[in-house]
Amino acid sequence: MINKVVNNAQDALLGVENGMTFMLGGFGLCGIPENCISELVRLGVNNLTCISNNAGVDDFGLGLLLKKHQIKKMISSYVGENEEFERQMLSGEMDVELIPQGTLAERCRATGAGIPAFYTPAGYGTEVAEGKETREFNGKMFVLEHSFNPEFAFVKAWKGDTAGNLIFKGTARNFNPMMAMAGKITVAEVEELVEAGELDPNQIHTPGIFVQRIFQGKDYEKRIEQRTVTPKS
Amino acid sequence: MALSKQEIAQRIAQELQDKWYVNLGIGIPTLVANYIPKNIDVVFQSENGMLGMGPFPIEGEEDADLINAGKQTVTILKGGSLFDSAMSFAMIRGQHVQLTVLGAMEVSQNGDIANWKIPGKMVKGMGGAMDLVASAENIIVAMMHTDKSGASKLLKKCSLPLTGVNCVKKVVTNLAYLEIKNNAFYLIERAPGVSVEEIIAATEGTLIVEGEIPEMKFYL
Repeated sequence: MINKVVNNAQDALLGVENGMTFMLGGFGLCGIPENCISELVRLGVNNLTCISNNAGVDDFGLGLLLKKHQIKKMISSYVGENEEFERQMLSGEMDVELIPQGTLAERCRATGAGIPAFYTPAGYGTEVAEGKETREFNGKMFVLEHSFNPEFAFVKAWKGDTAGNLIFKGTARNFNPMMAMAGKITVAEVEELVEAGELDPNQIHTPGIFVQRIFQGKDYEKRIEQRTVTPKS
Repeated sequence: MALSKQEIAQRIAQELQDKWYVNLGIGIPTLVANYIPKNIDVVFQSENGMLGMGPFPIEGEEDADLINAGKQTVTILKGGSLFDSAMSFAMIRGQHVQLTVLGAMEVSQNGDIANWKIPGKMVKGMGGAMDLVASAENIIVAMMHTDKSGASKLLKKCSLPLTGVNCVKKVVTNLAYLEIKNNAFYLIERAPGVSVEEIIAATEGTLIVEGEIPEMKFYL
């Protein structure tokens, strides 16, 4: 079996350069590649284009890259939890492309699936569709959306094996599987790295073919954005 | 009396039908889950990748890996399932989800909705709202009838950037339950104690009032 294991985040991010386009998995702070983000901050690479559903919060997730002005352009669907993001966007310091969440997910999937473009009804008649081709199918209007071209995809999984197979947990799956498919180099960080053969092939969410580098992550914070509970009665 | 947010949610909950899969947006729509009629089974979809979304976890049992689209910690019910974002929006785009309930800043009489951006002021993004409104067979908008200054949010034409066009068919506000058709708002029910005149005064868009307008009833 092909071994995809690298020692740590430092080795996993070998080849990362200024001006590159990255995909980063996660929804809010759920399922984000914490170790890869920390390493991007440490490397100090800048002029980055980041494709990620959200932009973290002020002091965690992609917010850490924003604070150090490493991001030139964000491609996201929702950025509401980050004041620094809103400030940089409204002041024009950072370029932002906001796109519908389902369109974002499908554009990631299309990237990895070899589909250059597809039609979706989302955003038709809104500013999201401005300048894009539209077409009618069965009496309904659709907008042509294109795939991406990221140099790296950074994803986070619950378990992974040395062959790069990944299993996600709960809603931490979100964008990670499609982004894993889409990276020219996909880096997977996992909470638990096991030998090939230890994961049940029936349970694999992302087959190892999509993963070029995998490493055992460390010091996961797994922050909760909105802690909502039912009181013990 | 104008409805409270809870009462708006309660009125909307009465529109749910047995065996429906339902997506609830952030804010008032989330409250709808508290008022599901006892005699029907519905399943809540959270677009970040869950079917069978349950209530908030018991204190101490929160799981950072189990959140809803509002990033709140939640639970998953028996029979629930988990999936990625592409599959989640395949469910939505493919019209496997029967009802979407969401909030709005403005709705117009032709069914346009604006809820994601105030140019130069508030730019949070559309999240999944554009996908949801472009594809859902049934959309119910939960909103306040007027803004804080008293200006109507039910308009002839939306002034804010649109989320979707010609898509909203039902609106429940703190004052009324309205349907949108033939390029107009049709007044169907009044909030208890709210007069037709008050609703006319609070509606900028074309409002059709046909016959006697009943007060809303709450069944729970």
